[in-house]
Formats: sequence, C-alpha cells, structure tokens
Amino acid sequence: MDPRLVTAIIVVVGVPAVLVGYIWLTEQALRLLGQRLRPRLRPWLWLAPALAFLAVFLVYPTIGTFVRSLQNKAGTDFAGLDNYAWFFGNDSSLIALRNSLIWLVVLTAITVGIGLLVALFVDRVRYETVAKSVIFVPLAISMVAASVIWTFMYDYRTPPDPQVGTLNALLGTAGIAPVAWVQVSDFAFNTILLVIVMAWMWTGFAMVILSAALKGINPELLEAARVDGATEAQVFRRITLPLLAPTIAVVTTTMIITALKAFDIVYVMTSGNFDTQVVAFQMIRQLYDFGNPGRASAIAVILLLAIIPVMAINIRRFRAQEAIR
Amino acid sequence: MTTATATAGARPGGARPAPRLLRRLPLHLVIVLLMVVWLIPTIGLLVNSFRPPEALTQSGWWTAIFSPSQFTLDNYAHVLAQSDISAGFVNSLFISIPATVIPIMVAAFAAYAFAWMSFPGRDLLFIAVVGLLVVPLQSTFIPILQLFGPKGVNIAGSFLAVWLAHTGYGLPFAIFLLRNFMGELPREVFESAAIDGASPVTAFFRLALPMTVPAIAALAIFQFLFVWNDLLVALIYLGAQNPDNKPLTIVVSNLVSSLGGGWQYLAAAAFVTMAVPLAVFLGLQRYFVRGIVGGSVKG
Repeated sequence: MDPRLVTAIIVVVGVPAVLVGYIWLTEQALRLLGQRLRPRLRPWLWLAPALAFLAVFLVYPTIGTFVRSLQNKAGTDFAGLDNYAWFFGNDSSLIALRNSLIWLVVLTAITVGIGLLVALFVDRVRYETVAKSVIFVPLAISMVAASVIWTFMYDYRTPPDPQVGTLNALLGTAGIAPVAWVQVSDFAFNTILLVIVMAWMWTGFAMVILSAALKGINPELLEAARVDGATEAQVFRRITLPLLAPTIAVVTTTMIITALKAFDIVYVMTSGNFDTQVVAFQMIRQLYDFGNPGRASAIAVILLLAIIPVMAINIRRFRAQEAIR
Repeated sequence: MTTATATAGARPGGARPAPRLLRRLPLHLVIVLLMVVWLIPTIGLLVNSFRPPEALTQSGWWTAIFSPSQFTLDNYAHVLAQSDISAGFVNSLFISIPATVIPIMVAAFAAYAFAWMSFPGRDLLFIAVVGLLVVPLQSTFIPILQLFGPKGVNIAGSFLAVWLAHTGYGLPFAIFLLRNFMGELPREVFESAAIDGASPVTAFFRLALPMTVPAIAALAIFQFLFVWNDLLVALIYLGAQNPDNKPLTIVVSNLVSSLGGGWQYLAAAAFVTMAVPLAVFLGLQRYFVRGIVGGSVKG
C-alpha cells in the first residue's frame, strides 16, 4: 500500500482524535484548579491550537512584511516611509485605488445581492439543488479557465473579421457595431466588466453561506408569525431578514476582503492595461515583475490598514448580538 | 419546506392550484433567468472543450451547436493521457481531505471560545484574527519556506507542509464563519445544559457542533474547493522540492507551455478537475435542510 495513503488515513482519523483528546484533557486538568481560575484559563486552552497556527503562518510573516515595507528595494537600508510616499504619489496607484474601490462596491453588491436573492428564492422551489449547483459551478472552475471563457465572452475583432466573442455576436444579431469591451476605460467600464467575471464566480459563495443561515432559522418561528396573520412580506422583513443580518454581515466582510485581494482576473485578462489595475495587482507587479519587495510590502500593509474600519463595524455588530441573544 | 407548503395549501383561498402557480410564476422566472445567465459562460466553456484549437479562434462556440461535426474528444484525450494525471488526482485527494478536516476542527474550538466564553481582550483578538484574512499569501511564502526548509523543520515538499499551510491560511475565515453561527445559538440552551451539570466540552460536542451543521457543511465545501483548486500554495511548498507529490492543479498548469501553447486543453482540464468539488457540493447538500437546528434544540 502507498505509504502516503497510510499517512493520510492516520492524519484524517488521528488529528481530530488528538484534538478531541486535547480538549478533553484540558478539561480534566482544569478540574484540578480552583473555581476562580478555571473560567479564566479555559478560553485560552480552547484558542491555543488556532492561535499557534495563525501566529506561525500569518502573524509572523506579517511582522516581516511590516519591517520590509520600511526598507529600500534591496532590503539593505532603512527607507522610512519612502515606499508609502511612492504609492500615494503616483498616478497609476491612484487609478488603482479608485478601481479597487469600484471592485469593493460592485463585487460586494452583486455577490451578496444576487446570492441572497437566490438563497431565498430557491428555498421555495423543488429544483433547489439544481439551481444552486448552476450558480455554484463557476466557483469550482479554476480562475485561469474562467478567464479563458470570459476572454471569449468579451472578445473583439476589428471588422470586417467575424466576431468570435459572445457579446459582440449578440450585438451583431441586433445590428449594432461591435465594442472593444475591455479596452473601454470611460467611467471605468472595463473595470466593471472584470468585476462581473469575479462576481459570476463568487455569487455561489454568498449563496451557499446565506442558504446555510436560512436553513438554520427555526421554521416554528415563521409558522407562528403566519398563524398570527403576518403576510409573507412581513415575515421576511420582521423575522427572516433580522435573523439573516449577522450572516449577511459576515459574507459582506468576506467579499470586501476578497475584492481588495483580487488580482488574478486583471492579470490574465488585461495585464493591468487600459487603466484596469487594482491595488493588489500593483503589489504583485512590484513583487514579481519589478523585484521591489519593499514597495510590495508597503502595499500589503496599506491593504491591512484599509480594512480596519470594516473590522470596527464587525465589533459593534458582535457586541449587539451578545446583548440580545 | 414541507410544513410551509402544507400551510400554504391549508390557507383559505390558497388551495386552488391555478392561482398559486400564477402567483409563483415571477419566482420561477427570476430563478430560471439567473440560471440561464450563469450557465451561458459555463456552456461556452463546455462546448469549447469539445472543439479543435483552430476552430476556437475562427468561430464562436455557439456555431458548434449547429454543426456538431466539429466536435472532438481530442482535448479530453490529451488531458487524460498525461502520464501523471492519475497520480495528480490521488495527490489532490491526499492534500485536500486532511487540509479540510484539520482547519474545521481547530476553528470550531476557537469559534466556540470566542462565542461563549468571556475573557479580557476577546473582541480585539477576534477582529485581529479575522483581519488576518486580508494578508496576501504571497507575502508569507518566503518566511514560511525558510521555516519549512532544511535550516528549519525540514518538511518542505511533504504533504505535511501543505496540510499545515492550508490550515493556517484557512483559519481566519473558518473562525469568522463558525463564530457567527455559534454566536447565533440561543443562550438558554447553554444555560440549561450548564445547570444540568454539562461541562463546556459536553456542551460543545452535544449542542454547539450539531446545531451548526449547515455552517460546517458550507465551510467544508469551500475549504475543500479552495484547497483542491489551489495552485500557488502547492507550487511553493511542494512543487519544486518533490515532483512526486504534485497535485492535479500543477499537472494541469504544465499542460500550458511557457510560450502559451496548449491553452485549449484548459477548458477540458477545467471540467475534469471540477468533478470532485462538485461531488462534495452535491454530497453535502443534504445537510442544508431546514430543521436540523430546531430538532437538536428539542432533543
């Protein structure tokens, strides 16, 4: 038998067993302690495995990123805030900032909006699984394959060559001249087209999580309201929506962060040309194409700082949740 | 679902089938319209995966539907003929299953602590954890690779390296999601369990976990999907050091040469690799059933 299979089986069965054993053992150990010490120590024992992983894989490298952002290109000298000053001082970055804001707003609005709509609607039909699968499939397609297909959707040929792109062929049947879709940078039109590719992929993500929350709502609660004579619209507005609100907030936060980190689609479809660059794309360019980890690190730190307001809203929300449950 | 339909039928005036269908027509129309919009690019990719490379650039994919003679299985044959495709498939399973199970368990403990235990600095620590979601993975590769390398713990190239890395990278979202769902559970359930003498361990395994099954299923779908489709983490921690352990994504990326040739195989490869995550999605659908949560409250 493949020794790796043995290892995999040991890991799949063994690691959960070890983790359960760990929690059980800590509880036994806590019994030896006094009543006062127990509840103080317990949360840290439950958090320890997660915090250890996070410290090693995310916190420790981020400290390095922060230090690196204050150094010059080669990492030989302290450069103060030069890398930050460079980022905010060039036109390309400012367009990237504007585009990232568009990504953040449009991507979050489409994925959460349509995801919520689909989750609510398919809950009431028999072909729920089929409909959900159709929306979910794009997320299972690799990013590169998705970019390939959307390149065909937005494809443009100079007339009189026949149009191979789906959208231009559609325009052709309506007698409208073809459009060079991803090259149209007026009103950030092409950026929005790129966001649509990402939204096509990620709406299934929002849908699945919102659907899980919807299934968690106690049906008796809705039934009681209906028996009391509430209309479907009232049931939705007064019961379903408030109960879904925390999950909507989680999905929205996650999509905002996903939007800020997205760069692959820009990289594959336009290589950042035609004013489609975004902040994360600028970071990858500095890191791999220009070999300037100092500047790349500064952009990473800027992204980290940019989500602080989003996180602050989350704190307030969790405190409110605690107060009412 | 069944209870809702039953009451709708019992309501006065709602019993006649024709108006009910008419009333629900907009609902069906919206769903079908969205399905069509979402399907068009997918179908385009599917059709193109059955076409020869010359045809792709000469005519739109929809023309093939009307002249099916150009369909070919060559792309699939080429993808499946890769000598390392079956090894890659097995490796992907080896990587994905532990890298799904471990972070979910670790995150569940942490989420329970964040949701139901009080300790100083909890909220601040929680947003710090969630904030780590925004850390670009690219900025972690060099320090972690040094840690995994011969001068560190020397596990680069092994499955263990990718399992650990995916656990670390997956935790912020997993904790965020599970803390939200566990935090939603009613306080009385835990209070009455505590009065009955249940320890936090019992409350966690008997109450918190079973009541968050739909969320755990959703999380499992995504964690599995992200690991299965991951190319970057595998390339960095496995690829260079140990070609025997390479997953499907690396095999597929090798189909496309550095000069850009062979990209027509990407469409076929996309459908080959998609099968497993789709099966996981469909397999876990049965946990998305109304009433799992309500039922365990009563029990």
